[in-house]
Amino acid sequence: MRVAEVAEKTEAAVSPEGAAAGSPAIQTVDLTKRFSKTIALAGLTMTVPRGEVFGFLGPNGAGKTTAVKLLLGLLSPTSGQGSLLGRPLGDLEARRRIGYLPELFRYQGWLSAAEVVALHCELAPIPRSSWKDEIRSVLETVGLADRAGDRVTTFSKGMQQRLGLGAALVGEPELVFLDEPTSALDPVGRHDVREIIRGLASRGTAVFLNSHLLSEVEQVCDRVAVVDHGRVIASGTMDELLSGKSVRIRATGLNQADKNKLASYGHIDDEGDQLTFASLDVERVPEIVATIVSMGGRVYEVAPRHQTLEDRFLQLLEDEEK
Amino acid sequence: MPPVFVIARLTIQEASRRRLLLALLILTLLVVGFSAWGFNKITTMTRDDGTPIPPDQVAFITSQLLIVVTFMFSGVLALSAAVVAGPLISGEVESGLLLSILARPVRRSEIVIGKWLGLGALVALYAAGAGGAELAAVDWATGYLPPHPDQLLVYVGLEGLILLSLGLLLSTRLSGITAGVIALVSWLVGWIAGVVGDIGTGLQNEALRNVGLISHLVLPSDGLWRGAVYAMEPDTFIAAMRALGPAASANPFAATDPPPLTFLLWVVVWFVLVLSLSVASFRRREI
Repeated sequence: MRVAEVAEKTEAAVSPEGAAAGSPAIQTVDLTKRFSKTIALAGLTMTVPRGEVFGFLGPNGAGKTTAVKLLLGLLSPTSGQGSLLGRPLGDLEARRRIGYLPELFRYQGWLSAAEVVALHCELAPIPRSSWKDEIRSVLETVGLADRAGDRVTTFSKGMQQRLGLGAALVGEPELVFLDEPTSALDPVGRHDVREIIRGLASRGTAVFLNSHLLSEVEQVCDRVAVVDHGRVIASGTMDELLSGKSVRIRATGLNQADKNKLASYGHIDDEGDQLTFASLDVERVPEIVATIVSMGGRVYEVAPRHQTLEDRFLQLLEDEEK
Repeated sequence: MPPVFVIARLTIQEASRRRLLLALLILTLLVVGFSAWGFNKITTMTRDDGTPIPPDQVAFITSQLLIVVTFMFSGVLALSAAVVAGPLISGEVESGLLLSILARPVRRSEIVIGKWLGLGALVALYAAGAGGAELAAVDWATGYLPPHPDQLLVYVGLEGLILLSLGLLLSTRLSGITAGVIALVSWLVGWIAGVVGDIGTGLQNEALRNVGLISHLVLPSDGLWRGAVYAMEPDTFIAAMRALGPAASANPFAATDPPPLTFLLWVVVWFVLVLSLSVASFRRREI
């Protein structure tokens, strides 16, 4: 996300003239949603270019689903504005070119998987002559080709989520919203979803991935925004976000007071004998080891490493709490 | 196919696949068969001297019994329409079923109108099919047919559509069970208010009569029921009722006059108003 994007660009994108193919997939300026006294989303300003896989990260209740629903026109913003594919939020024309897998996915149990996809072909709408190929292709992509004729009511939750993903892919959309797309899937299913997202990106489809599964985001997203309590607290490319390095030290013989003193070296993720120092300059490693030893601690392992998205995410949330 | 008809088709498909239609068909056949047997018993009734009762008495008893049976039938239809319409929108919003559909280029008005059309077609079909079967059974059993069977079916069907529309309106905002219960209680209160209005007419009490008038405007189901009753009454019965004067009006199972044209026009306006309100309400609903 490019926070503090230029507002004038959004003005142009929201206008009909901005509907050109060059307009961003998503653009918002100060998009805010308030439910009575609760602010669900506070001034979201962002641009997602076409073809980008964008991760929207945050803990439960952070405002991720609210953001997606605002973008899709299912909720109306309290203030601010935005556009999808150069069209104003809620515009029918834009909805012809997007796909959506909701977090609360549920499909018509009395229909077969093929009929559900056919329904989405009809509503998308795509020409009836291509439905057959589209249904086969979509169900193959999500691994449900052999269950095409089975009623959805006989499907497991994971299979229903796969079906929902398939429905979102109907009509080769230019932008796909995936809200927690692997919440009901097993590891194989999660791997498949990552492959599908990579496939979408390779054909130029923008993906807005809402998730709290950090490994998933880390593996597929070009850029990420972290949201908490309705506000974006960090954003950037994965490299920008994970520029810091951390050092993990395994040491015994340290009491809580010693660990508190060590906090002067930076944020510590304390897991008993294992201490992870976030954003610690590697040059300071000899110094910190000497300090631990002077405190009576015994050092068994020192491992500098790149910061993971999980480290950075937890650090951001902790900083936010302060 | 335009989205509004896709949604209508989906609504009918759901009722069919969930075996609602099959259940209604079986129940209707049972009720029609049982009532045919019951009506047939009227023709075997005898006087004290053992002679069969004359045909005009058979026709009179049949007409009165048919009114009671039709009242139950219209009640079941209205009740079913209210119960099915209650969760029509809210149930799908709460379950998430509508989320992926609303992300498609479908207007919310198309969802509301499509569902109304789908369920409305089923209500009309059921009213015509089941009502027609019942009338045919009565005709077979007793040789009696009400004077205006076509009007009777239209009035009963419209009564079902009124409850369907009310349930749908409430469903845009309230949970399925709440919407269904409110629609049902409204139907019952509307009927009682109609009786109060009749009593007001009988007693020539303006205030009580206005209760009936206002209730017919707010919820026209009872006014339509009176139309159905009128369509079932033989001319001789209507003439006898009229001869009794205003006192004859205090009877919810009798009608001395057909519904006025202005009332029927109001019913059309009522449908337009309620459907417009449903669309406006659903448009403003945050999902």
